[in-house]
Amino acid sequence: MDVLVCIKQVPESNKVEVDPKTGALIRDGVDSKMNPFDLYALETAFRIREKLGGTVKVISMGPPQAKEVIYEAFSMGADAGALVSDRAFGGADVLATSYTLSQAIRKVGHFDLILCGKQTIDGDTAQVGSEISEYLGIPSFANVLGIDDVQKDNITVKIDLPNAIEVSKVTLPCLLCVEKDIYQPRLPSYIKKQATKDREVPMITLKDLPDSSPDRYGLHGSPTQVQRIFPPEVNNDREIFHGTSEELSKKLMNTLVERKFVGR
Amino acid sequence: MGLVVHNDKIENKEEFIKVCPFGAMEVQNGDVIINSACKMCKVCVRKSKHGEVEFVEEKLPTVDKSKWSGITVYVDHENGKIHPVTLELIGKARELAKKVNQPVYCVFFGSGIEKQANELLHYGVDSVFVYDDPALRSFQNESYTAAFEDFVNRNHPCAILVGATPVGRQLAPRVAARFRTGLTADCTILDIDKNTDLIQIRPAFGGNIMAQICTPRTRPQMATVRYKVMNAPARTEETTGRVVDCKIDAEKLRTHVQVLDVKPKQKVASIENAEVLVAAGRGIKSKEDLAMVQELADLLGGELACTRPLVESGWVEARRQVGLSGRTVRPKLIITCGISGAVQFSAGMKSAETIVSINSDEKAPIFNVAHIGLVGDVYEIIPQLIKQLKQGKEA
Ligand SMILES: Cc1cc2nc3c(=O)[nH]c(=O)nc-3n(C[C@H](O)[C@H](O)[C@H](O)COP(=O)(O)OP(=O)(O)OC[C@H]3O[C@@H](n4cnc5c(N)ncnc54)[C@H](O)[C@@H]3O)c2cc1C
Ligand SMILES: Nc1ncnc2c1ncn2[C@@H]1O[C@H](COP(=O)(O)O)[C@@H](O)[C@H]1O
Repeated sequence: MDVLVCIKQVPESNKVEVDPKTGALIRDGVDSKMNPFDLYALETAFRIREKLGGTVKVISMGPPQAKEVIYEAFSMGADAGALVSDRAFGGADVLATSYTLSQAIRKVGHFDLILCGKQTIDGDTAQVGSEISEYLGIPSFANVLGIDDVQKDNITVKIDLPNAIEVSKVTLPCLLCVEKDIYQPRLPSYIKKQATKDREVPMITLKDLPDSSPDRYGLHGSPTQVQRIFPPEVNNDREIFHGTSEELSKKLMNTLVERKFVGR
Repeated sequence: MGLVVHNDKIENKEEFIKVCPFGAMEVQNGDVIINSACKMCKVCVRKSKHGEVEFVEEKLPTVDKSKWSGITVYVDHENGKIHPVTLELIGKARELAKKVNQPVYCVFFGSGIEKQANELLHYGVDSVFVYDDPALRSFQNESYTAAFEDFVNRNHPCAILVGATPVGRQLAPRVAARFRTGLTADCTILDIDKNTDLIQIRPAFGGNIMAQICTPRTRPQMATVRYKVMNAPARTEETTGRVVDCKIDAEKLRTHVQVLDVKPKQKVASIENAEVLVAAGRGIKSKEDLAMVQELADLLGGELACTRPLVESGWVEARRQVGLSGRTVRPKLIITCGISGAVQFSAGMKSAETIVSINSDEKAPIFNVAHIGLVGDVYEIIPQLIKQLKQGKEA
């Protein structure tokens, strides 16, 4: 069974703010890590490999330094990885990102199963997985809570619906977006880290893709555009109270009574 | 098209690249270049005092927008039971449609849904397009996308609004990719330009920032919206509009999926339905201290809610998280305790009727959304309030 996992490098801290005067973005620290939700997808891949054999490959789209997350995946046990990186991919929205990843997946090879995390903590759209599956023309499931069975040409999954748990069998190849906590992710191993630190990570650039026409990628290939950014609105109908805790708790109590949240 | 760097105009290159909040500028072989970490926020352009970085607009192919008309709402349902987010989106669609003088459509896939489709005519919809087929009884991504494709190809809607439910979150991206069009997730504000471009506003870039996003070159435009963000219109006695029966080839509705079992889940108290919420943030210093917040919630007949860090530390269950990656809530009262008020949190609760916030830092952004703000220590105010509430109960 050949499993591919899509992993993304995300900023460690999300302290980005707009300076209300200049409109500039202020960000402190640019430390990065693997998107925490993708750890669950990676762990799911390892469990499947333990059962059925085969390989686990990882792929990530991002700037050159995103190679770090591929090495992180190696130290957890991934067999191989590729970084999808090119200046031409910059400014990509969900559609262009998904198309780029789907093209890179075609380039890397044939897969029985593709796994994605539930969402990224920076993009936070939870859309990339479904769009990749559409571009690859394969079935997909989100909200996957568990894997009941895997065979050579099908997989049986548990899906978390709002009011029910559904068990469905789907033919392979397919793409699954797994829930947090499907399996507890293993920790990276120091031995594996040492053993894989010189492993080659191929870089996939625009010219390597089956469709290398630049207008499907990056900014050109992104139908959505950010027109402006601004700080969140301020509610003008508000009252702010200072005082001792006693005064403040009395004030709150009175308000609760006035607004009938507490009956007297 | 895109950002053009004029290296000759940059005095101090190492200094200049710091204007990018995403670290997407680097100096390579003595020249400033923009790498793929770029998010097109264009801050560098605005910070270019001497034209160091310029945004060059290039004419890209666009569709003929006049051929795309109709603000469409996807009818989200479970076994024919319509999800209330659908009505909220109809309310918004009517507002948008009026501004550009277009019809309001609903598109409904299911089996035996005639009655439900007619019910929608009480909410000011012009046409409800119904694909009634046993193969569409419950959501399957492949068959629903196929039906959606058929609908779009026949009717050319200008915009499609989809509830950000577990179904909508999977269906909308597949449809968007099929039509190679833009999809903006979890919009908190929607408006429409005279030229029929949807104005989509949501928290973005993972910070305390809102972004206005549009889809100027492709149609249909697509957006998802959380439950309880928009307002549902009142049901009218009389009906308007019509139901349009649509047919699609059985062949197109085939899927690769076999549903083996559906087990109903136990109903658990949900923060989405609570009238009163008491929400804890990182101002609460330990898991034990949550007891006082819980007690306050109990005394007010409400539920405990929380911010994301408390879920991440394992103190509170994920289903109690309010916000962009949690639940959107619209209670009569929410009391936030030790919560700073990041946009991702506020986006999930700012339509609450009464927002009371307790925070010791008077500069905390939560005071921008609160109706009643108390600048003080939760560890003093909450116990005192609990005491008063208990006395009140005895009296
Ligand atoms: C893509 C994305 C999605 C996100 N989604 C969500 C989401 O859905 N929900 C969510 O909550 N967050 C979300 N976040 C995280 C969010 O940005 C904030 O980090 C988070 O909401 C902060 O939680 P907090 O207010 O509890 O903690 P903090 O920001 O640390 O605030 C703690 C506050 O408590 C106050 N305080 C401390 N001690 C006391 C005291 N004794 N008395 C009174 N006040 C005190 C402090 O002044 C401070 O303002 C998301 C982030 C990203 C990037
Ligand atoms: N740049 C990327 N590189 C690799 N995988 C990605 C990337 N962006 C998103 N993904 C995958 O898609 C999932 C959903 O991402 P998102 O739609 O951004 O919330 C993530 O959990 C990843 O598995």
